[in-house]
Amino acid sequence: MSLLSETTLPPAPRAVPDPAPAAKPAVPDHLQLVVVGHVDHGKSTLIGRLLFDTHSVPDGKAERIEAACKAEGMEFEYAFLLDALLEEQAQNITMDTTRVPFRTERRSFTIIDAPGHKEFLKNMITGAASADAAILLVDAHEGLREQSRRHCFLLSLLGLTQIVVAVNKMDLVGYKPEVFEAIRTELGGFLAKLGVEPAHFVPISAKHGEGLLRHSEKMPWYRGPTLVEALERFRGNPPASGGPLRLSVQDVYRFDARRIIAGLIESGSVSVGDEIEFVPGGKRSRVKAIETWPQTTPPPRGPVGSGSEVALTLEDELFVERGQIGAPTSDKPHSARTFTARVFWIHDTPLRSGELIPLKLGTQQAEARVLGIQRTLDAVTLETGTGTNGEVKVHEVAEIRLRVRKPIAFEVGGKVPALGRFVLMRGRRIGGGGVIDSVVEEPPESRGVSPVSRSAILGHRGCIIWMTGLSGSGKSTLAQALEQRLLNSGILSTVLDGDVLRTGLSRNLGFTPDDRSENLRRATELAIHLADAGVVVVAALISPFRADRAMAAERAKERGVPFAEIFVNAPLAECERRDPKQLYKRARAGQIPQFTGIDSPYEAPLAPDLELRTDRLSVGDSIEKLAEMALALARPSEQDGSGAHI
Amino acid sequence: MTHLDELESQSIYLMREAFHGFEKPAMLWSMGKDSNVLLWLAKKAFCGHMPFPVVHIDTTYEFPEMLEFRSWAQKHYGFDLTVWINKEARARGIGYETTDPVTVTHELKTVALQQCLAANGYDALITGIRRDEDSTRAKERYFSPRNADFEWDYKDQPPEFWNHFTTESGPGEHVRVQPLLDWTEIDIWRYLDREKVPLPGMYFSRNGERYRSLGCMPISKPVKSDAKTIDDIIEELKVTKVSERAGRAQDHHERNAMQKLRAKGFM
Repeated sequence: MSLLSETTLPPAPRAVPDPAPAAKPAVPDHLQLVVVGHVDHGKSTLIGRLLFDTHSVPDGKAERIEAACKAEGMEFEYAFLLDALLEEQAQNITMDTTRVPFRTERRSFTIIDAPGHKEFLKNMITGAASADAAILLVDAHEGLREQSRRHCFLLSLLGLTQIVVAVNKMDLVGYKPEVFEAIRTELGGFLAKLGVEPAHFVPISAKHGEGLLRHSEKMPWYRGPTLVEALERFRGNPPASGGPLRLSVQDVYRFDARRIIAGLIESGSVSVGDEIEFVPGGKRSRVKAIETWPQTTPPPRGPVGSGSEVALTLEDELFVERGQIGAPTSDKPHSARTFTARVFWIHDTPLRSGELIPLKLGTQQAEARVLGIQRTLDAVTLETGTGTNGEVKVHEVAEIRLRVRKPIAFEVGGKVPALGRFVLMRGRRIGGGGVIDSVVEEPPESRGVSPVSRSAILGHRGCIIWMTGLSGSGKSTLAQALEQRLLNSGILSTVLDGDVLRTGLSRNLGFTPDDRSENLRRATELAIHLADAGVVVVAALISPFRADRAMAAERAKERGVPFAEIFVNAPLAECERRDPKQLYKRARAGQIPQFTGIDSPYEAPLAPDLELRTDRLSVGDSIEKLAEMALALARPSEQDGSGAHI
Repeated sequence: MTHLDELESQSIYLMREAFHGFEKPAMLWSMGKDSNVLLWLAKKAFCGHMPFPVVHIDTTYEFPEMLEFRSWAQKHYGFDLTVWINKEARARGIGYETTDPVTVTHELKTVALQQCLAANGYDALITGIRRDEDSTRAKERYFSPRNADFEWDYKDQPPEFWNHFTTESGPGEHVRVQPLLDWTEIDIWRYLDREKVPLPGMYFSRNGERYRSLGCMPISKPVKSDAKTIDDIIEELKVTKVSERAGRAQDHHERNAMQKLRAKGFM
């Protein structure tokens, strides 16, 4: 028997719909929920219990798992409802992001179970990035752990602001309010530093079902909402964005006579007749029609709002392409090449300073140069590291500066979050994600480059690190190490070595006081010129006379170049003992006249910016001090505490 | 936006990304309710066009009513239909009459799909799987790479966030694009109802029984139901706790059948 024939439409034997169907109850607001926290703090148990208590488990599933547990002589655990794969049960960790729907009387949820195991951070990010809200689970017995903090940090970076903290395993601490309060204070303080304010802290015991759906009789001291009540209060569908139109163009279709622009409305709305400018590029036209299938009479005129996919035809035949963003001319996104961002890295191969890497933002794709890695951030202590070694390793977070090969359109400061985020591709995979913090303005190409704009592009400014000291005191060694360190941090740097100068630029000069002065004048001018071009010049010069050094500092000041005098100090006896180039030996033998320290004086600095006693400090410690000073000079903005909250 | 609007937009976004990202995508269609939603969404995404072929892997154990729906729908929507049968396996005598259902499913669906892919060179397959169907599917990505042997490396899946996906595949590999991943069974029904999407009649109650999930004839069992309309079905689903694929014998033949099937390339 068939109910189908060519002529009957539609073929399904459904009840004929009422011509004017009665209004149906709206589909309840849906919430995507991520559960994060340390690996052993009971996520899977909580989810299993929520499913079980809300009767969201298919018939037979709990029984089947119970039977399987029995067969293998294990105690039934709620977590097993979730850990359906054999290998997960074997390892007792959740492998990957899992999505489980459940519903309460008030709304429906999808739980995204983000794994707590450190290696699976990428899955947690994959899960959390699509969530509306998060449950941060903390074990009352164990308190905050490294992973709890790391997850908090990532939630804030991913832009998740609806957070409820569930303090689990209250049964293990006798349901005592003091324990709960202590965790609330500690975690609350940590989250405040991230700019995150949890909606609620809820004491629960997932294993015993306390505080999940009903108020726990074991914790009469707690007067806040139950966990499920807290979840029900969150905002599900993001409110329609009232901001300016942002249309991410996905494609342009020419299946027929129409030239259809297809894409996603990231914010704002669009109607027939609206003028749209496509950025970057700047071509404009008005919306002629909103194309739909099945076609309707009359055709839709909009507005089509944020979050919607849309297909448009324009009044003019413009060359629009994938990646452009449609916006009103009066309120356009940024269109630029250079910006700063916070990135998290989830690929085994580190992100390196200087590398060229594909970047995707919205539907745009462009090659990006990592201009510099300013600093890495410890997601656990929230402290910033100084040396970055020029790379961001897996699971690290850093502040970096990127420059794309062609201008891209984007937003900063959370105006349209989706257009302020990007991913960096490592091969076919996403290597990391980032949030743009600021645009680095570039000067118009026709005008001369100002030092300010140059430093804005480079991510640091030029300066002179002037190292003075006796021969053999360690200047060259430290200068070379410093150069390497700076380069690793994405800072352009070069060493100006006295010995090298003497074989080139100053090879016509001797060692008389006048010649020494001339040598230093040349060195100073060269250093200033390089610093002007944005280079950190590490000058390793004996420069024995105060007057010459003062002249160099003065001249740099005139030209607006930051200058620091470093006294590389080791006693003459020590230098003579080291005598790496056998110069003291030859000087003592009278083969080198006017040798500083032997028969020519060395005037020690009276107030150096930094003194390094290389006879007492290890090379490593000396370099640390030196690098700290040089970084402060090259990137002064980082010393004023701005951004320390990140 | 309603939840259904959000799901619809997301699915259309994913389909447009797939169409842009791949050289030769194809869409899998089983004539079932989910894949009819998929067809409908593709028509919407491409403003009435179907810019890639629609592939039906025909096990030769299809319900006649479904085959009738197949030819009706192809004419109704107007798409390029590719029907593929693993003739070699059938010639070897592989069939439900002689072989266990897991093997039959593997040969007549997975191997058939491999053959079809090899013959046509598709680099992406748009499928209608949903996360709520099975716990292994819950772990899927929207864009899920498969190697040349069709294997799914579910332990090391590429990260996927902020609408950025894996849109490249190497030689012999392909990517499964899964625009319905976030839909639930109830969402599907509500959408079918809202959009008036044509459906085979077997989903609705006849003589106190209906099919909740449709596969091969010998292994698809109806459930007891009086649901004659979509509203009835939605009401039924709100209270049922029987899993959707309970009527599919191959899933239960042995422990972890789905996992085995999926790791080998089954949808």
